[in-house]
Amino acid sequence: MAEEWKPKIMGIICNWCSYAGADLAGSARTQYPPDIRIIRVMCTGRVDPLFILKAFTDGADGVLVSGCHFGDCHYLEGNFKGAKRMFLVKSLLKNIGLEHKRLRMTFVSASEGAKWAKVVEDVVKTVHELGPSPIKELSK
Amino acid sequence: MADTKKNKKESPAKKVVKVEGVPQSFSPKKEEEKKQARIGVLICHCGTNIAGSIDIKALEEYTKTLPNVAFVDNYQYVCSTPGQKKITDAIAQHNLTGTVVAACSPRLHEPTFRTATKEGGLNPFRFEMANIREQNSWVHMHDGEGATEKAKDAVRIAVAKASLLEDLIPKSVLVEKAAMVVGAGVAGMQAALDLANAGIKTYLIETLPTIGGRMSQLDKTFPTLDCSQCILTPKMVDVGRAPNIELMTYTEVDAVEGYIGNFDVTLRKKASGVLSMAQAEAMGISGGGCNGCGDCEPVCPVIKPNDFEMGMKPRKAIYISHPQVVPLLYTIDFDSCVKCGLCVTVCGDKKAIDLEMKDEFVKVKVGTVVLALGFELFPIEKKEEWGYKRFENVITSLEFERLICASGPTGGHLVRPSDGKTPKKVAFILCAGSRDNTGIGKPYCSRFCCMYSLKHAHQIIEKIPGVQPYIFYMDIRSFGKMYEEFYYRIQDEGTKFIRGRVSHILEDPATKNLMVHSDDTLLDQPFRLEADLVVLATAVQPSVDTDRTRKLFGVSCSMDGWLLEAHPKLNPCGTTTAGVFLAGVCQGPKDIPDTVASAEGAASAASIPIHMGEVELEPYFAQCIEEKCAGCGMCVNLCPYKALALIEKEGRTVMEVTEAKCKGCGTCGGFCPGGAIWMQHFATPQIIGQIDAFLLGGAQ
Ligand SMILES: Cc1cc2nc3c(=O)[nH]c(=O)nc-3n(C[C@H](O)[C@H](O)[C@H](O)COP(=O)(O)OP(=O)(O)OC[C@H]3O[C@@H](n4cnc5c(N)ncnc54)[C@H](O)[C@@H]3O)c2cc1C
Ligand code: FES
Repeated sequence: MAEEWKPKIMGIICNWCSYAGADLAGSARTQYPPDIRIIRVMCTGRVDPLFILKAFTDGADGVLVSGCHFGDCHYLEGNFKGAKRMFLVKSLLKNIGLEHKRLRMTFVSASEGAKWAKVVEDVVKTVHELGPSPIKELSK
Repeated sequence: MADTKKNKKESPAKKVVKVEGVPQSFSPKKEEEKKQARIGVLICHCGTNIAGSIDIKALEEYTKTLPNVAFVDNYQYVCSTPGQKKITDAIAQHNLTGTVVAACSPRLHEPTFRTATKEGGLNPFRFEMANIREQNSWVHMHDGEGATEKAKDAVRIAVAKASLLEDLIPKSVLVEKAAMVVGAGVAGMQAALDLANAGIKTYLIETLPTIGGRMSQLDKTFPTLDCSQCILTPKMVDVGRAPNIELMTYTEVDAVEGYIGNFDVTLRKKASGVLSMAQAEAMGISGGGCNGCGDCEPVCPVIKPNDFEMGMKPRKAIYISHPQVVPLLYTIDFDSCVKCGLCVTVCGDKKAIDLEMKDEFVKVKVGTVVLALGFELFPIEKKEEWGYKRFENVITSLEFERLICASGPTGGHLVRPSDGKTPKKVAFILCAGSRDNTGIGKPYCSRFCCMYSLKHAHQIIEKIPGVQPYIFYMDIRSFGKMYEEFYYRIQDEGTKFIRGRVSHILEDPATKNLMVHSDDTLLDQPFRLEADLVVLATAVQPSVDTDRTRKLFGVSCSMDGWLLEAHPKLNPCGTTTAGVFLAGVCQGPKDIPDTVASAEGAASAASIPIHMGEVELEPYFAQCIEEKCAGCGMCVNLCPYKALALIEKEGRTVMEVTEAKCKGCGTCGGFCPGGAIWMQHFATPQIIGQIDAFLLGGAQ
């Protein structure tokens, strides 16, 4: 069973840095595990806490939010504002008893294809260690 | 044309398809618009790029089972003309409301397929892309099953979004008929001249008191060996004279607002302490202002090293860097000026000097911008094993250029800094700090060092009878037109080439000679040389103010700090910020021919929007759903562009968006506690639709 389990991980990433970085990993054929599905937004500032909570209630085992490095956001400071909200969501997750490590925010630039691959590897590993989200079980 | 009209009539910009969470009043819909979404999906093989790892047949069969899918097909190359025709034809044949292409990255082909969607009679923003190449088949090449499952999910997510997309009309904005070029090295000068010659008013901004950049410090240029100043000075003079160029030296970019077509740039004119003749005239000092006579310089008591001469020649606190400066205007270095006033006295009636001058801020509006920020040398003293700054007779290549140059500190006599003697054995060390993976130097090739070191070897043979140059190299990269031929010529002239990396250099304290320790990897034995002079072909890095400047314009950089182009092959002069272009070395090391070519490319690209007169902005604006807006105003402060404001409407306070200022980041929409902000194309119900499709959705 444990061997069979494929985690459901949602990546919500900004168009200008992390999405471009993920594309670069592709051009360079840098291999990483396929257990992530990507939703593209223009900036991590767009990421409403609602999106993350919705993903977890829908049964996601992990969520990755990734944007530009601080100071590099295409819209100046969307990532600061996005990051602040992620702290909020993390404390919320703690309060409802869900491991906050299931949510991760990273900063991957358009030139960091290799870093993107590493980030996905890490996230997949963490989620594997945590196992299936308890919410999925509860809602059954 | 007819198509666009039809689109417009049926669904104006602000109308949305009914989706949960949007009140009727925001988007009153006519009955016919309520029709069920019908999505057409095209799956691309991309030769074997996608089909090699993803099971196209299985993906297609799966897609057929998805809700709202009315048509599915696959094709070898969907981006080809027949591939695009499949999209166009399917729209009419299957009465589609939206299209999805599962292929490469939307960053590559979204515009292509939007056009095809438009040609088929749909609004182009009813298209969505599933990235199954860059973010799937290419990164899961050995996991066909995992890749195919991921592709199924990606298509399902894209179909969900396409089902919820709405018609959008891009916003056209007028383009200011002026351009700005930042940095006036050979790249910036060429770009400014091209723009000016194309009839465009161009502001050329240079942080130093003179234009010319690094090229003006060089003696000769490979492979033709023409004198650098001789070919550059006429260009500098042209720049100074061109009626369409407004040259602003000793000036920095302080702030940037706006977007393509309408950049509002605030410039800081640093206090130079000296009035130009035009400035003096404007202030009513007739016949006054600096005419470059230089009377002030001898009386100035302060002595400082001249950076242009790499510190090997002194200058005063009031100075010009070299005789060919453009504009010919003295500058006071206020960091070292003691304000004794002697210069003011000798300047006399010209009244050119103002010791109390302050920085001045000016605002200009331009349609497009070219960044040409150039480079500086890597601080090679960090590679301690070569002894730069510890041993007097170890110099950098730029110091060599000044020493060998007739207008340089020694009048063109190459001498040893320790004793002023002419060197007889000179070692040139290539890749000094370049191609260095130790973490101290730079991993990249600096591209012009091989060639200029060959040039340097030639120059000393030409000038110093009996001299023996040694070149320590890893590889000789002589890739340009007539470059390999130049390499042969230098070999024939008698330069000795030693293939090996220099491990360390020691100095003989008595003679100040240098023991160069290397391997000769061709003979497979250690090689030692006692040299009189060592020249380090030093790595280059982005110039000091590059990082601050690029951030003002929203331009990204590569890992090594060079500015990032929009696409390395297909858009090397563009950036991801519309209307901002790159020229010269700031994008990555380039010799002069490549620098000038890139500058001409950037100028041409920057002139296009200006000549078009209008550009379209992607309509990803925020909209306020007034029924839901409580007028709290939290969003107003979140917006980095001041695009949002609270207004009174029908007795209530609500938020209003100024579309021209909104850049579509969605930061407001990510926070609105009432869910009252509708981010066009990235609306909350559309994103929630994607999330649900991923986690809850599946085959019907
Ligand atoms: C030792 C040496 C020898 C060389 N020999 C040759 C040769 O023989 N043949 C050849 O083809 N190439 C040669 N090159 C390469 C050549 O110097 C470059 O190709 C060329 O100078 C690049 O021009 P650029 O305009 O891109 O950059 P730069 O010459 O560096 O000009 C950039 C300009 O921008 C200004 N600037 C920087 N930042 C800002 C800012 N934030 N705001 C405003 N202004 C700014 C700088 O002050 C400078 O004036 C040599 C290079 C070196 C180091
Ligand atoms: S655009 Fe990447 S985080 Fe804002």
